Amino acid sequence: MLELDRVHKVYRVGAFGGGRLRAVRDVSLTVKPGEVVSLIGESGSGKSTIGKMVLGLFRPTSGRITVEGTDITTIKGFAARKEYYRKVQGVFQDPFSCFNPIFKADRVFEMIRSSYFPGVSDADWRDKVLAAVGTVRLDPENVLNKYPHQLSGGQLQRLLIARALLLDIKLLVADEIISMLDASTRIDVLNLLGDLKERGLGILFVTHDLSLGNYVSDTSVILRKGAIAEMGPTLRVFDNPLHPYSRHLLSCVPQLHRTWAEVDAELAANPPEDVTLPTVAEDDDSAPLLEAEEGHFVGIDQG
Amino acid sequence: MTDVAGATGADKAPAPEPAAERRFSETLHFARRNPKLLIGSGIVLTLLFIGLIGPFFVGDDPNAYVGPQSEPPNGEYWLGTTSFGQDIWAQFVYGLRSTFLIGVFGGGVAFVIGTAIGFVAGYKGGIIDEVLNMITNVVLVLPAMVVLIVAVAYLDARGVFVQGLFIGLTSWPWAARAVRSQTLSLATRDFVDLARLSGRRTWRIITTEVAPNMSSYLVMTFILLFGSAILIAAGLDFIGLGPTNGVSLGLMLESAVAWSALQLQMWWWFIPPGLGITTLVGSLYILNVGLDEVFNPKLREL
Repeated sequence: MLELDRVHKVYRVGAFGGGRLRAVRDVSLTVKPGEVVSLIGESGSGKSTIGKMVLGLFRPTSGRITVEGTDITTIKGFAARKEYYRKVQGVFQDPFSCFNPIFKADRVFEMIRSSYFPGVSDADWRDKVLAAVGTVRLDPENVLNKYPHQLSGGQLQRLLIARALLLDIKLLVADEIISMLDASTRIDVLNLLGDLKERGLGILFVTHDLSLGNYVSDTSVILRKGAIAEMGPTLRVFDNPLHPYSRHLLSCVPQLHRTWAEVDAELAANPPEDVTLPTVAEDDDSAPLLEAEEGHFVGIDQG
Repeated sequence: MTDVAGATGADKAPAPEPAAERRFSETLHFARRNPKLLIGSGIVLTLLFIGLIGPFFVGDDPNAYVGPQSEPPNGEYWLGTTSFGQDIWAQFVYGLRSTFLIGVFGGGVAFVIGTAIGFVAGYKGGIIDEVLNMITNVVLVLPAMVVLIVAVAYLDARGVFVQGLFIGLTSWPWAARAVRSQTLSLATRDFVDLARLSGRRTWRIITTEVAPNMSSYLVMTFILLFGSAILIAAGLDFIGLGPTNGVSLGLMLESAVAWSALQLQMWWWFIPPGLGITTLVGSLYILNVGLDEVFNPKLREL
């Protein structure tokens, strides 16, 4: 459904736009209906940029992003974009800045209504909103008709998910939606994503947290400096990490029953067998992938 | 504006403490205790009242030769008469009216152009921003007074509105820059992206998402433009490029100087218009500082 084909994004930086910052380098991936794909990476690895390009907020510098066969850079004009957002919605990282502070929080629902459901009656719309708010396990009494500063980050974040659910979407870009939640609501939202997956939604789940990626996703994509370091079915990527960066990442996950020293000692005792990583020339900005086993790819080593 | 409570249309129970109301009453609380705001707005409103009501109580033509010549202020002619026997009080109230008119119109034109360019440049960014910013900078460095003198001098019939239009067309750049910088920071906030994802048009995002967040800023911009339009108009009037038909405070000063009121020690001829302009613009600035203190919690004197 969603397909990224050799997508690059280069930002111009500096006083006269002379500098170049390569945020996304040669990324190709697909999200199928009913599939959760995790984009895992450290800060600045380009994962949020990919999310925003899929949402049409940034244009890719080169490469194609297609949704259901349509190249999204060819979506021109207000009406076409509006139709695109009927199918594809996003939830952003920081719920506090997603709400206009001078209006009530449920205005985000009202915007959806006035744009996409102008004909729906007040009563029907209210039922729809209550259903969506119920789906994200919020009590309507507590969250509706309130100002953003009267609600917690978790409540705001779930309101944003509810907002996306008001539309009959096919693809959800979830950009670090868990990071603002406390542990008890976190699992609720993750299970909610699981339910959405059952309904046939494709979800692009952007996170920096390996365990969340492991919990929720079918496919994991580990990004490093804008390029794919490792991509494959989540189980294989986590059980048998092939790229040195993913190994390093996984060894950094704190473990309750072992100390760092024990982990390091074990890693040193059984060094994982090395795979040959694809290489590129110095001035080549492509990032080829090598299929190490079926459906499990490793990318270039960027040091 | 959309109905923000629409999603809960059937639910009429008010929230225990609506924040907007609280914020509004808090603003009002500080507004009523801010002497600068009270003094500034008091003087401006008094002058506005005089300008609005006064002309109904004096003759239709403020330039008519009605009384004795060069009379100092007395019971009949409150501010005395000119050396031609014109009633200075009548000229003053009509002049105040046209001064407010030029302030509202000239300031309004500058405000509309400045905010429109600022919003579009700040929101759109990229090449549009570059072009609009270049235009703004070019107009900003033009010596506005010289351009105005040249432009106005070529016009045959000059009215208050033509003068206001020209003032507006030359004094918008700093407003555009100020609004642009505010918009730049607001446009990167996620709620703007979310509005885009909600299928909103650009102009609606600007008017309903960005602008309400800087409403106090916009009010103050308008007040400053209003004051500067009055000053520029007075300057033009004084060098004889004012409205050809009618009267203004600047024109009164011009004729006072032209007919040697200063040398003849007819203080009642030049003091009222000079004081009027100074008081009006001065109180506008005081009002502006007061508003700044009310809207900006960091400046509040507790």
